[in-house]
Amino acid sequence: MTSLSAKIQDVFDEPACDNNRGKDAKARKQGCSKPLTPGAAAGGCAFDGAKIVLQPITDVAHLVHAPLACEGNSWDNRGAASSGPTLWRTSFTTDLTELDVVMGQGERKLFRAIREIKDTYAPPAVFVYSTCVTALIGDDIEAVCKRAAEKFGLAVVPINAPGLAGSKNLGNKLAAEALLDHVIGTVEPDDAGPYDINILGEFNLSGEFWLVKPLLDRLGIRVRACIPGDARYIDVASAHRAQAAMLVCSSALINLARKMAGRWDIPFFEGSFYGITDTSEALRNIAELLVRKGADAEILERTDTLIAEQEAIAWKKLEAYRQRLQGKRVLLNTGGVKSWSVVHALMEVGMEIVGTSVKKSTVEDKERIKRILKDENHMFEQMAARDLYAMLSKHKADIMLSGGRTQFIALKAKTPWLDINQERQHPYAGYDGMVELVRQIDLAIHNPIWDQVREPAPWDRQPAGQDDLASTKNGTATVNVFNEFAGATAHRFGNR
Amino acid sequence: MVRILRKIKSAAVNPLKSSQPLGAAFAFLGVEGAMPLFHGSQGCTSFALVLFVRHFKEAIPLQTTAMDEVATILGGADHLEEAILNLKTRTKPKLIGVCTTALVETRGEDCASDIANVKLKHAEELTGTEVVLANTPDFGGAIEEGWAKAVAAMIEGITRSGARTRQPKKIAILPGCNLTVADVEHLRDMVESFGLNPVILPDVSGSLDGTVPDRWVTTTYGGTSVEEIRELGTAVQCIVIGEHMRHPAKTLHGLTGVPYAVFQSLTGLMAVDRFVSLLSAVSGAAVPARVRRHRAQLEDALLDGHFHFGGKKIAIAAEPDQLYQLATFFTGMGCDIAAAVTTTDMSKILQKVPAEWVQIGDLGDLEALAAGADLLVTHSHGRQASRRLGIPLMRVGFPIFDRLGSQHKLRILYRGTRDLIFDVANIFQANQHAPTPEALDPFRKREMPDELRSSPLTRH
Repeated sequence: MTSLSAKIQDVFDEPACDNNRGKDAKARKQGCSKPLTPGAAAGGCAFDGAKIVLQPITDVAHLVHAPLACEGNSWDNRGAASSGPTLWRTSFTTDLTELDVVMGQGERKLFRAIREIKDTYAPPAVFVYSTCVTALIGDDIEAVCKRAAEKFGLAVVPINAPGLAGSKNLGNKLAAEALLDHVIGTVEPDDAGPYDINILGEFNLSGEFWLVKPLLDRLGIRVRACIPGDARYIDVASAHRAQAAMLVCSSALINLARKMAGRWDIPFFEGSFYGITDTSEALRNIAELLVRKGADAEILERTDTLIAEQEAIAWKKLEAYRQRLQGKRVLLNTGGVKSWSVVHALMEVGMEIVGTSVKKSTVEDKERIKRILKDENHMFEQMAARDLYAMLSKHKADIMLSGGRTQFIALKAKTPWLDINQERQHPYAGYDGMVELVRQIDLAIHNPIWDQVREPAPWDRQPAGQDDLASTKNGTATVNVFNEFAGATAHRFGNR
Repeated sequence: MVRILRKIKSAAVNPLKSSQPLGAAFAFLGVEGAMPLFHGSQGCTSFALVLFVRHFKEAIPLQTTAMDEVATILGGADHLEEAILNLKTRTKPKLIGVCTTALVETRGEDCASDIANVKLKHAEELTGTEVVLANTPDFGGAIEEGWAKAVAAMIEGITRSGARTRQPKKIAILPGCNLTVADVEHLRDMVESFGLNPVILPDVSGSLDGTVPDRWVTTTYGGTSVEEIRELGTAVQCIVIGEHMRHPAKTLHGLTGVPYAVFQSLTGLMAVDRFVSLLSAVSGAAVPARVRRHRAQLEDALLDGHFHFGGKKIAIAAEPDQLYQLATFFTGMGCDIAAAVTTTDMSKILQKVPAEWVQIGDLGDLEALAAGADLLVTHSHGRQASRRLGIPLMRVGFPIFDRLGSQHKLRILYRGTRDLIFDVANIFQANQHAPTPEALDPFRKREMPDELRSSPLTRH
């Protein structure tokens, strides 16, 4: 565990992190993990974070060394997309039993499991994840991986991020460390070129990176490795020969970007493909970094031309939604990059931002949001479920954009909701992605169910017509009342 | 005699199991005002929570003691205490159901005495909140075991012991975890139609049936009340559905002397007939006209449906009691069980599964054994195997995350069996292959009698 502790100290002391730079020496040493409150904690563990970052590498066999729950309760649950191999969606776990734990058979079982996977699936690599129990019983997964790699002539990579080490975010970073220690730089590509880039922290959720990649293709820029979205092992292993990198989800893989910059001279910038101006800015930054590394400067002009052309198309498409969405109030309840990235586009079609969570946002993010929103009161760190429900049930927002965790707060408050986190069904990156987001908002807000569910049942309404009902003593009146109700029903549900 | 084939692989491929603590939490979720609490690291809770939400499409109350590295080394008693007190203050639950995980069980923590200490130390603060413990390490069992342990723990911890005055119309029902919300709702209606008063533990039909309350509630709303659990001992009869619920029923019997009857499955005409006869005997009432009508509908469904079932090969992967429930249904319709895969070898019901053998294993095993089958029957994770094999999948059990309304599917009693016949027959009809000259050519397609029913064991 000592090497794990050292690793954790190392990733917490992140010089490229704004938050970390703002702390004094003592605070910095404590790291950025807030102690969790038992009975009032939410979110995943370090193992969860590590698996999220690595699992989208599509041709790798991901083997979880654990009792059942770690993998059995969580496999095949994220929406990253693959353009080829499907092995990453096959779940592998040593499924330790009580006997394995008591008899100390963990390491042997792990070794045999690696052999079974190699024999049956012949993957280019096996990633082996340690977990709470296997860390606790002291299984040396590094030694087993080393031995298996030698014996089977196969890359076997230990991922040392047991859940008890800390939060999901820490796990993201420990996964990056594993790639730096064992994968990146182990394969020399024979086709390195001046227009090769890496995209770091892009997960290709719902295939959304495929909305962006054609833009890069058009500019003659080659994605050497997108880590982890739709990646192949060999791409990651040879990622050190890229000229430049873009870091997409900043808080997750910042250590990866910074260390690749230091070790292999791959300059990077933080950017986003969410939002029209952000996409343009990202493309421009990529081109500039490549030119700085020696690519022909003419790419800058071509990039500007492409941006102008694509932006014009996107704004034109968005304009069609203005009339339907003008003045609609949006509550953004999600962390980090996504907030400010989409705010601009939503305001552009006339929507009003009535609140945005800045829980995961950096100081810089917050400044940007302030500039755009012009009212600081609309920023909140985190809202308790009860408060959120109260706000939404008073219809103080026309739609909430958030992740699955708060989905049912909105729905139970009978408020339109759109998933903009990892479980979502639609791709939102790039120019077309932003148009899709606005389209989905339009569909959600204007769905006819809202009028139906917000109306109380007829017998719970204000007692306006009660007297009529009470006086329907004779048969004719009853028939009339019956007809009236039948008609009302047919009208409301049948003749829309 | 069924042969139980034990697991020999080291790598589980595409797990069939969900974890034991998840099963325990599931049972606690069937109690009103409940808050299940996992004693482990936050990931244990997060994974189970996400899976519940994906299945039920509901906000699910589930909390964690958030064990970190320090607590793992020094012991988790403080975390457990803090979590219980925090939950009490923040959410005011009527029940906190503690489920242990592999982490604390590997440490060998004595959680029972930890909880006893917390109760003693904070007796006043915890007034109005029951705290019960289910020992559910992830390295043993699966949902069934966890569910049964939680129910037994509630009976042990809450039900008033000693022989009580029996209420002649009161029936305690302990349903297994394979019953859906619709099953439990219908079961209640059926029992009430005999003039009986059922108390169902757990009752997911009150808490996980997907309703829209007019306020934000952080615990469960609906389900068995703690008071009802306390008074279980006044029932005249206990009815158990599923072999895994035998242990909680024994516990109740030991504490209060309430006699129990075990129904291993309530799917299929004859099983339901026995159940209805028991209700009639206990209540002294004649079988109501509506129930007779439902029975006649099922008879007709059997007649109309059986054409589609005869000779079909079915591959099932499910927890033991659900495997039994479905395998007996399918063989009762004239199908053969081509592959039967289950989670653990601990259940006695496996000996009664109408198949030559039952493999303890995972969906990787199912996929390897199901080639040539006409239908796969398992939870949503079977979708990859279904696609690869080109065999249709009927989704049953937990989790079902890629179809809506799984909890509102009725699978028991006359009506549930009728619906099941229709659903399966419709899958068969939707996947019919049109006849081709090649497929019918006698020179290509002639099988000798000894090839007809080759033992699936040869595939091993």
